[in-house]
Amino acid sequence: MDALLRDHLVSVVVFLPLAGAVLLLLLPRSAASAARNIAFGVSVLDLIVSVPLWTRFLVGVPGFQLRERIDWIPQLGITYNVGLDGISLLLVMLTTVLTPVSLLFSLTHVEKEVRGYSVAFLVLETGMLGSLVALDLALFYVFWEVMLVPMYFIIGIWGGPRRIYASMKFFLFTMSGSLLMFLAILFVAIRHHTATGAWSFALEDLTRMTFTGRVETYLFLAFALAFAIKVPVFPLHTWLPDAHTEAPTAGSIILAGVMLKLGAYGYLRFALPLFPDAAMRFAPWLGVLGVIGVIYGAMVAYAQHDMKRLVAYSSVSHLGLVVIGIGAFTTMSLSGSILQMVNHGLSTGALFLLVGVLYERRHTRELDAYGGIAAVVPVTTALFLIATLSSIGLPGLNGFVGEFTILLGTWLSPHRWWSAAAATGVILSAIYMLTLVQRVFWNPLVVEENRKLTDVRPSEFVAAATLVVLMVWIGVRPNDVLDRIRPAVESLQKSVAARQVALHESARPEISEVRR
Amino acid sequence: MTTPPLWLIPAIPLVGFALNGLLGTKLGKSFVSAVGVGAAGLTTVVAYARLIPFVGGNHQPVVEPVASWIALAGLSIDISFRLDPLSALMLSFVTFVAFLIHVYSIGYMHHEATNAGYARFFAYLNLFLFAMLTLVLAESFLLMFVGWEGVGLCSYLLIGYYFEADYAAAAGRKAFVVNRIGDFGFLLGMFGLFAAFGSLNYSEVFWKAAQDPARFAPALGAICLCLFVGAMGKSAQVPLYVWLPDAMAGPTPVSALIHAATMVTAGVYMVARCNVLFRLAPEVMVFVAAIGCFTALFAGIIAVAQNDLKKVLAYSTISQLGYMFLACGVGAFGVGMFHVMTHACFKACLFLGAGSVMHAMSGDLDVRHMGGLRGKLRITYATFLVATLAIAGIPPLAGFFSKDAILSAAFDAPGAGKVLWAVGLATAGLTAFYMFRVVSLTFFGRFRGTAEQAHHIHESPSSMTVPLIVLAFLSIGVGFVGLPPVFGARADLIGPFLAPIFAPIAGHEGAREALPHATEWLLMAVSVAVAASGLMLAWQWYVKQEGRPAERLAAAMPGVYALVAEKFRVDEDYDFLFVRPFNRLSHFLWKVVDVLIIDGILNASAFLVELSGDFLRFVQTGNVRNYALTFFLGLIALLLFVAGAM
Repeated sequence: MDALLRDHLVSVVVFLPLAGAVLLLLLPRSAASAARNIAFGVSVLDLIVSVPLWTRFLVGVPGFQLRERIDWIPQLGITYNVGLDGISLLLVMLTTVLTPVSLLFSLTHVEKEVRGYSVAFLVLETGMLGSLVALDLALFYVFWEVMLVPMYFIIGIWGGPRRIYASMKFFLFTMSGSLLMFLAILFVAIRHHTATGAWSFALEDLTRMTFTGRVETYLFLAFALAFAIKVPVFPLHTWLPDAHTEAPTAGSIILAGVMLKLGAYGYLRFALPLFPDAAMRFAPWLGVLGVIGVIYGAMVAYAQHDMKRLVAYSSVSHLGLVVIGIGAFTTMSLSGSILQMVNHGLSTGALFLLVGVLYERRHTRELDAYGGIAAVVPVTTALFLIATLSSIGLPGLNGFVGEFTILLGTWLSPHRWWSAAAATGVILSAIYMLTLVQRVFWNPLVVEENRKLTDVRPSEFVAAATLVVLMVWIGVRPNDVLDRIRPAVESLQKSVAARQVALHESARPEISEVRR
Repeated sequence: MTTPPLWLIPAIPLVGFALNGLLGTKLGKSFVSAVGVGAAGLTTVVAYARLIPFVGGNHQPVVEPVASWIALAGLSIDISFRLDPLSALMLSFVTFVAFLIHVYSIGYMHHEATNAGYARFFAYLNLFLFAMLTLVLAESFLLMFVGWEGVGLCSYLLIGYYFEADYAAAAGRKAFVVNRIGDFGFLLGMFGLFAAFGSLNYSEVFWKAAQDPARFAPALGAICLCLFVGAMGKSAQVPLYVWLPDAMAGPTPVSALIHAATMVTAGVYMVARCNVLFRLAPEVMVFVAAIGCFTALFAGIIAVAQNDLKKVLAYSTISQLGYMFLACGVGAFGVGMFHVMTHACFKACLFLGAGSVMHAMSGDLDVRHMGGLRGKLRITYATFLVATLAIAGIPPLAGFFSKDAILSAAFDAPGAGKVLWAVGLATAGLTAFYMFRVVSLTFFGRFRGTAEQAHHIHESPSSMTVPLIVLAFLSIGVGFVGLPPVFGARADLIGPFLAPIFAPIAGHEGAREALPHATEWLLMAVSVAVAASGLMLAWQWYVKQEGRPAERLAAAMPGVYALVAEKFRVDEDYDFLFVRPFNRLSHFLWKVVDVLIIDGILNASAFLVELSGDFLRFVQTGNVRNYALTFFLGLIALLLFVAGAM
């Protein structure tokens, strides 16, 4: 056991939820409460097991750590190849925190097909974690697909009234992106085989290849599209409001908290290192789309009268900022973007959770159905307010540090105006979020049913308070996180810069070749 | 006794906030009062334990780093506090006035129905104090911004304290959003600073700027303009002043502490803090002076026609803040800060007095319903009168010295200085008039309220009157620290104390010649005469003739009167120009761009969708067991595949 945890910690963290899912399938279908408790217990166990990832991770060391590598399909050079750098570490921790938080909420609020629901969540967790640690493109693709399917079911089965439409939209958007990516992965691997005579899907091998001209552009676009849909980048975002609105609360938390980040993560992990030249050529587009996303998402959020839809559009706005930071490509802006992925997971996770708390009691998310409930549910209100403040970037909480470093880092890039334009987000976010607070928690209490609202239950409180604690921690001690991000960001920048120099020094032929 | 560290000063109220926020509701009102007032008192004691040796010593700036906050790619922000003459000045009155207002709040909030509400109030008040003290003591722009946004948050929460009233809820949101417009400027200013100086620490930025003015001056125009936009938001200057009158929806101690004495002066403090930068951007200085001067006059005019006691005081605050920026704009930063300090004393006194009146009037603030209250509210009346004389600029009260210093600095300024002086003088006359108008309407004449109100009128408890008395004495005395030069070269204490902060930039600007004493005396005589005429006129119109001349004037010019009474309809114009177009645009983006265009295009590719739909309908049986089974089989296949491969 000790050896397993010592040498295969990453795998244990990744596959523990899957093992839990298998265990659940052995239960009778009707064993709802056992399924609930087991799923929650497994996710908590996974969180506990993942803590040593954080403590054993060496701060300040570039490259991947805690690596494991086993041949999987040697005929095709596919390996089970996993490891962590600062970027994946953070998102892995975010996943292992948010999954038990969502399952804790689900403990009391899911009645239908509990076993199936629990299985879906645990498989989903393995899919997400696997995507975040995979260093082999074939492995990554498997995890990526494993992640999509349970979410499709979670929306389609346990969702709201328009769940079929929403899940279909979600599926079509993401599938069309990932199919293109799949083709691109195959293409790159075949090129590698042609050039070297050996099969490999390992990121390290494939990044040694150099693609130029139109080939690189097409390959890059295939990857970028898959990730852009996931983020989502304007104008590919319209699946998101529907998916969020119809998904059950826990599904929204995971969808916004982790899955959207996988778009940006995939871009940083794969698209950029594989196709640095094209990535740099398209960076200005990315920045511009990010700026549009920030402003557009915020304005559309303001027009919403469904709380969940409002928070969903706010995600479009927040992730626009993340995209800008990636497009600007300075150490500060990239680090800020990665931090902001975590921040958004915490704040939006908490917002969806608390909207869920209200929804479970009143079965409506219309802003106008509420009003003046701050005195009735003071604890919910306080938690919601803190999540709001985190979301709108109040200094002292986590959101500010991410926002500030992205904007300042972008200001220091050649694209100063992106920063200036995106900084209007500080005004816009205050407008739509405080309008939500005012219309739901403040104002006169006119709807009589709201007088009977009950405040958060202990389980709901623990779930939300966990996120609040993390918001304060990152807000006050951001260096704990930034120190872990920096080496990863710097080595990413270095590798891209080196590749670009090499590329421009020797005018290379159109077709790929391998540099050693 | 060992010297307490600076970080303790903001930390104490933060602990108070945490205690009251977490436990206050359960432990009841006396616990809450003890913690809330205790924290404010203790932090005042600690602050003075640092201030007294500092003022008595050699005034050398002290910087005390606590920890690194953000360290990333050249950006290095410490949590680090700074005690220098400027922060010392702010610290001296922020802590003390805050303590008095905390004490006052015990009496004022006594009638609060629930423990939860009472705890929330004191928790927010302590949180405010934490943020304000962070703002004041910060050693970097970014840490100042932490306090800056923090005070904005508390302002928002406390304006919306009576959140079940829709006007209070809306006013809180408005305050936050308008302040965020200013903060947008502050942020861009910081980006510019970091790009130019590679740092956001005061010592480094100001030192570099002063060392090499020629190098940095070109960038500083835009930077200072952005920073000043931040100041305009926080300190309620035209065109961003609109949130402050609405902010009166908050409880009166909040209006006194946050929206008069401390927070709203943060913009002035920031500009004074950045004086090195502003002095290298003379065109921005002109802009600062112009905005300040215009705001002073504009808000003063509006105040004349308001009937809500707190609204009059709110516009008066905006107007006085304009004075402070006027001073900064003509380069008299120290004088501006002097007015910040005197204003904190008399304006806090006025607001608390208004709160006491409101208490007596069963919550009514309309001066048309008051009258003759001086008989029953003797202490409130006396202290309100003293503070009124102080703000009106009657010698030798505090406001006289600071206002006179501003006016003579404006008179002395090159360029349009005489115009600024004339407008400032006119505003001084207006100030005296509108303040004595409300004194007359409130405390003189006969009572015009309902019989029920008359029955209830009573003087406030001592927890409220004692702070009033203390503040009244401060309104009398605090001006003597800044006597004008005519009283002798060493009569002015505050100017030399602050001088190191505003030291001339070598080779950039020469020392300005002081006004001749004769001119000085003349200016003083003129401003006293103007203030006295304002008072006399108000006395004549509202006490002697019971408001009839004012009514006649209003009737003679109904259009003008309505325009002023309706505050030049600026809110309505903003609504028309910004709010409604914004609403329409956001709705358009949603319904047309998102739903119609983007989703429309997607749905138009119907072929693909339908095909996949058919496929999915075939797969989707709706039976979870089947899904699970498929999952499981797939997984087993995968695992077998892996095993086989290995």
